[in-house]
Amino acid sequence: MIGVLHPGTSLVHRTPALVKLALLAVVVTATAFIGSLAWLAATSALVVLLFAAARVPVRVALRQVVPILWVLAFAVPLQVLFGGWEAAAVMAVRLLIAVALAALYTLTTPVSATLDAMQVLLRPFRRWIDADRVGLALALTIRCVPLLADLVREVMEARKARGAEGSLLALAVPVIVRALRTAEHLGEALTARGFDD
Amino acid sequence: MSAAGTAMGEIVFEGVSHDFGDERVLEDVSLVLRERRVGIVGANGSGKSTLARMINGLVTPTVGRVVVDGLDVSRRGREVRRRVGFVFTNADNQIVMPTVREDVAFTLRRHRLEKADAAARVDAVLERFGLTDLADRPAHRLSGGQKQLLAIAAVLVAEPAIVVADEPTTLLDARNARRIAATFEALDERLIVVSHHLELLEDFDRVIVMEGGRVVADDVPGIALEAYRALIA
Ligand SMILES: Nc1ncnc2c1ncn2[C@@H]1O[C@H](COP(=O)(O)OP(=O)(O)O)[C@@H](O)[C@H]1O
Ligand SMILES: [Mg+2]
Repeated sequence: MIGVLHPGTSLVHRTPALVKLALLAVVVTATAFIGSLAWLAATSALVVLLFAAARVPVRVALRQVVPILWVLAFAVPLQVLFGGWEAAAVMAVRLLIAVALAALYTLTTPVSATLDAMQVLLRPFRRWIDADRVGLALALTIRCVPLLADLVREVMEARKARGAEGSLLALAVPVIVRALRTAEHLGEALTARGFDD
Repeated sequence: MSAAGTAMGEIVFEGVSHDFGDERVLEDVSLVLRERRVGIVGANGSGKSTLARMINGLVTPTVGRVVVDGLDVSRRGREVRRRVGFVFTNADNQIVMPTVREDVAFTLRRHRLEKADAAARVDAVLERFGLTDLADRPAHRLSGGQKQLLAIAAVLVAEPAIVVADEPTTLLDARNARRIAATFEALDERLIVVSHHLELLEDFDRVIVMEGGRVVADDVPGIALEAYRALIA
């Protein structure tokens, strides 16, 4: 999941966020273009090595990758139908590599380091783009994931307690109302913390 | 004395009224707060939160004015907010960053400090509130009491002169409420605390009782809290 840090002191953790982002971009792009078995095997091995170097427990690593397996469960059969086994396998491996590397990045990089990196990346554009704002937007987006997850869980429980399990309305209305109210409160808290321009 | 006719260290409400739409929720409130610790009590809907939010300009008066340290909050809100920290009832609404340390550090992003200075201040405040061991934990998975401690830490790291807290213990269980109350009692900063936790306010310097948007009692805690107990009996 996004926004989960697995703290550590490994080389992977200590590598600057900008360097990691650059490597991530290069490897993922290369993997998108190079479909050779040798490249995919080598990159897959690299990914496993990096996870090991970062000392991410297997359980934590798998939790990052499982969601994409659901996507693959739909996409692979389609791809087999239209492109054959080989193409389907290549696509699946490519996707797994990209997701695993992105997960490794979020597991080993504090969000604040990503914000700092973005500030550096956006420096040439500072006349047009306020990096602080972009950073804030990113932080808030990441913050919204657990917030919304909690909200939906609470509303589902309340819906169940009232015996309205099937009702989409009983889910959508409270979730939307509370999401809007939360957004209002979050905005107020940001103002109170000095982010008010 | 400032041009506004109010002194440094004073929080002044001058004939303040406030309307939300056509509902008047504060009616002609005039106060001068100089005490170090001021409590605000009152029934739900009596206008406590509106009053508290005016102290750092989150809400501005419809009539009258609020002046903090000689600064009119309606016009100099940003400067006022730099002096006045605000702790909300629901810490979840205040947490922005994924981990405890990052959320505290987040407050300082706008302060443009040297990295090392900022980190030192963050570490000091984490230590002060016993959050050092939780520093790298996901903030949203802390217990309610720990979240409120984090919210207080994230406010105090900016070193505000005044801390306003709006029902900071209301959502907590009794034990955590006592813990947060004890944390507030130990603060050296000037405090304005809205609370239903009356024991917390007992050794404050002054307590204001709100009812229907008006101040109905304003005295030392012994007398004001007695008046409040009589009011709600
Ligand atoms: N943002 C708002 N918009 C409209 N009405 C509000 C708003 N905030 C508070 N009120 C109303 O103002 C009155 C006082 O609210 P508040 O200051 O929150 O009281 P308290 O904190 O004492 O419960 C209530 O009747 C409430 O419904
Ligand atoms: Mg209130």
